Amino acid sequence: MTKVSLTVNGRAVSREVEGRTLLVELLRDSLNLTGTHVGCDTSQCGACVVHVDGVAVKACAVFAGDLEGAEVRTIEGMANKDGSLGVIQAAFQEHHGLQCGFCTPGMVMTAAALLNETADPTEHEIRAYLEGNICRCTGYHNIIKSIQAAAASLSARPVAAE
Amino acid sequence: MAMDGGIGTSPKRREDVRFLTGKGRYTDDINRPGQAYVHFLRSDVAHGKLRSVDVSAAAAMPGVLQIFTGEDFKDIGGIPCGWQVTDRFGQPMQEPRHPVLAYGKVRHVGDPVAAIVAETLAQARDAAEAIVLDIEELPAVVNMHDALAEGATKVHDELTSNLCFDWGFVEENKDAVDAAIKGAHHVTTLELTNNRLCANPMEPRCAVGEFDYADDTHTLYTTSQNPHVIRLLMGAFVLGIPEHKLRVVAPDVGGGFGSKIYHYAEEAFCTYAAKIVQRPVKWTSSRSEAFMSDAHGRDHVTKIELALDKDGKFLAVRTDTLANMGSYLSTFAPSIPTWLHGTLMAGPYLTPLVYVNVRAVFTTTVPVDAYRGAGRPEATFQLERVIDKAAREMKIDPLEIRRRNFIQPDQFPYQTPVAVVYDSGNSPGTLDKAVELSDLANFPARRAESEKRGKLRGWGLSTWIEACGIAPSHLVGQLGARAGLYESATVRVNATGSISVLTGSHSHGQGHETSFPQIIASMIGIDENLVDIVHGDTSKTPMGMGTYGSRSMAVGGSAMFKAAEKVIAKAKKIAAHLMEAAEGDVELANGKFTVAGTDKSVAWTDVTLAAYVPHNYPLESLEPGLEETAFYDPANFTYPAGAYICEVEVDADTGKVDIVAFTAADDFGVVINPMIVEGQVHGGVAQGLGQAMLEVAVYDENGQLQTGSFMDYAMPRADDFPQMIADHSVFTPCTHNPLGAKGCGEAGAIGSPPALVNAVIDALQSGGINVEHIDMPVSPARVWAAIEAAR
Repeated sequence: MTKVSLTVNGRAVSREVEGRTLLVELLRDSLNLTGTHVGCDTSQCGACVVHVDGVAVKACAVFAGDLEGAEVRTIEGMANKDGSLGVIQAAFQEHHGLQCGFCTPGMVMTAAALLNETADPTEHEIRAYLEGNICRCTGYHNIIKSIQAAAASLSARPVAAE
Repeated sequence: MAMDGGIGTSPKRREDVRFLTGKGRYTDDINRPGQAYVHFLRSDVAHGKLRSVDVSAAAAMPGVLQIFTGEDFKDIGGIPCGWQVTDRFGQPMQEPRHPVLAYGKVRHVGDPVAAIVAETLAQARDAAEAIVLDIEELPAVVNMHDALAEGATKVHDELTSNLCFDWGFVEENKDAVDAAIKGAHHVTTLELTNNRLCANPMEPRCAVGEFDYADDTHTLYTTSQNPHVIRLLMGAFVLGIPEHKLRVVAPDVGGGFGSKIYHYAEEAFCTYAAKIVQRPVKWTSSRSEAFMSDAHGRDHVTKIELALDKDGKFLAVRTDTLANMGSYLSTFAPSIPTWLHGTLMAGPYLTPLVYVNVRAVFTTTVPVDAYRGAGRPEATFQLERVIDKAAREMKIDPLEIRRRNFIQPDQFPYQTPVAVVYDSGNSPGTLDKAVELSDLANFPARRAESEKRGKLRGWGLSTWIEACGIAPSHLVGQLGARAGLYESATVRVNATGSISVLTGSHSHGQGHETSFPQIIASMIGIDENLVDIVHGDTSKTPMGMGTYGSRSMAVGGSAMFKAAEKVIAKAKKIAAHLMEAAEGDVELANGKFTVAGTDKSVAWTDVTLAAYVPHNYPLESLEPGLEETAFYDPANFTYPAGAYICEVEVDADTGKVDIVAFTAADDFGVVINPMIVEGQVHGGVAQGLGQAMLEVAVYDENGQLQTGSFMDYAMPRADDFPQMIADHSVFTPCTHNPLGAKGCGEAGAIGSPPALVNAVIDALQSGGINVEHIDMPVSPARVWAAIEAAR
């Protein structure tokens, strides 16, 4: 067991972890942040996508012990300070970009990463960027619409919120 | 004009807020105090005699609480099958025992042999590696033709063969069909497979069993589409626990698509073991386990013949199908290739004669059961493919051949030659709508443009009908169902006027928490946010049959409507008393009771308060309270129908198919929430196109599953599809349920596969490449091989 100290959604946390403990296990089992989901065992589905130091990663493919000092952001950290839905979350609700909700946290985190990199992505760019996130419910149609709408809202804002 | 939040409007989904903030509560998010974990050791061979399972070393490993084997379950009930098919000769199907843990033999890769319960999952997995299995390998039984051959290795030694049943429908029509085909002007024949699929909801299955010694009660948290069905099957047939001592909870469930209908061994195990080890026991499937333990779908091999007269009118359809059951009979498996497949073989057409023969076969593969569409995609695929082929052979336009054969709108109700009576429909109307929305008129210009870029462009059509909203109980009982197929709802009005609706339907992505309140809100005329839905817990809701077969709105929604009608009838009595008026003169609109021809009125909340604070109340003739339950058993199935047009580009050098446009024009009857309905179509179409272009579960000759992960099984990704058009403006209300709703969940998966394959064939033919058929999935390798073979 080794001790790892990191920041999760702005909160400092410290835990003893085994060498084999994955980030997703730390989040779900130790920190009770169960919004991050496990949908496969080959790092294909993207249900566990979170941000580590601002970069989208699959939390099933990162060892918790390697994250000393890291800043992790999960779906639980995506709402506005007053608890209302953030821009991307609100766009997913507005455009019916989710059904069963299981892939949704990963989709939102991947969408956030995309929009950080590319403010106004084309439909093709969005589809290509979602290559590592599988949704079985929506046929992706409304996920694309949601991300397009989020991009429009974000770029319409005079000053970025963060 | 629809009221805001009422029927026909699209309020945003209220469940989304918790899903979007990580606050959903899926089964794997549930952890009980003192919980232990189970890991199942599964067979890695397809077929073998289980000589011994030596757990002695494993039992001594750190953290191990107890190890169970088939020996521990040999006197406990097997996993039951919920549907008995009677064969062509009046005999019941062969029904093998399905033990909770394998006993005597293993019959597919993934068959659970031992269950290790330990303090942690890692300890359980470590201990599994110390179990010594002695399995005498037997020949795998994979190919269905081989399985039926004389002297074939038997999957179940106690059965006479690998044939589960030989079913004929309609048996009395057989000779007439044979004669019609023999004497026809033209007969088109097609041999095809309907590829085996894995449902793959994104949430893997999970079960947490718990036993409470204080009140002698079991609780099972499970990823189920129908918790009451699990309670009945597991309680009565497997573990012998009466319903009042067994609570089954299916909380947020991350998709099902059929695969979470069935009662699975892991559920029974966790429930049983929790009492034995005196700890809650949790199991969460890995995706690898899901591939080899969740029921698969489809897997038919079919020959279809279509007889036509000189004008292209359909005279008869004859089909011959082998249907894979896998190693054991899953909960509804026998009904899928029979009643959910044969009864659709007339399609939306006037075909007077149909004969369907299905032989169901045991193999050493994972059990096969319903997957989104369940039998109806298999029927639709054959029919729409053979019609396209016939049109080409007879040089009739594919639109025209269908129009000549459609049941016309004025011919409903229509008695088909395959038992079912279609209540309403308008296939010519949905076809015209699809032609318009897909801009088919300008297809030649688009084709010319593609050809300039060296691509072949094609379009394909599918005009489908299906039977869903599965029920009525007396009919399905005659057909072999060992269950009723009604739905229940309790409308519980609270003193201050808000309402809890307890439903037997279950939402695992369908948005019931949003769409169901729209019904109640519309009927009473109140804000839909005053209505909440309670579902997924047998301790809270009345006995209900759950969600599958596109039945939630048509059957569950109708139950809710009936219960609300009872509530309103009683509320009017109370209102009449309060207004000192005759009950018959009381009207309810916009949340207000009024007396016709007067200015008297009382608010909804005045009445609800009086019901629970009955000071001024007709106690001599009316009980206090305002809560009513209805069990709704429909008079018929519902029959959604539609027309789908798919447009593709094919690269003839590589065989790669690109879907460039997809148009769905659906008749779903009355639509409650258009946004949710369109979402269901998008998802259904994506699953259908996934089947047609990408997905297939492959076993090798040794019975090894070669597509056992998302790296091997091609799940549709975002860049496989274009944006789609989903229209439901051409509709004919269902005539026998109070909502007029028909069901929309499976439509896309039923109608879309033949549209895509027809489009690919059209594209190839346009390039002078004479390919008549390619089996799904139409992968680049298969398309390329077909092109090369034709050249």
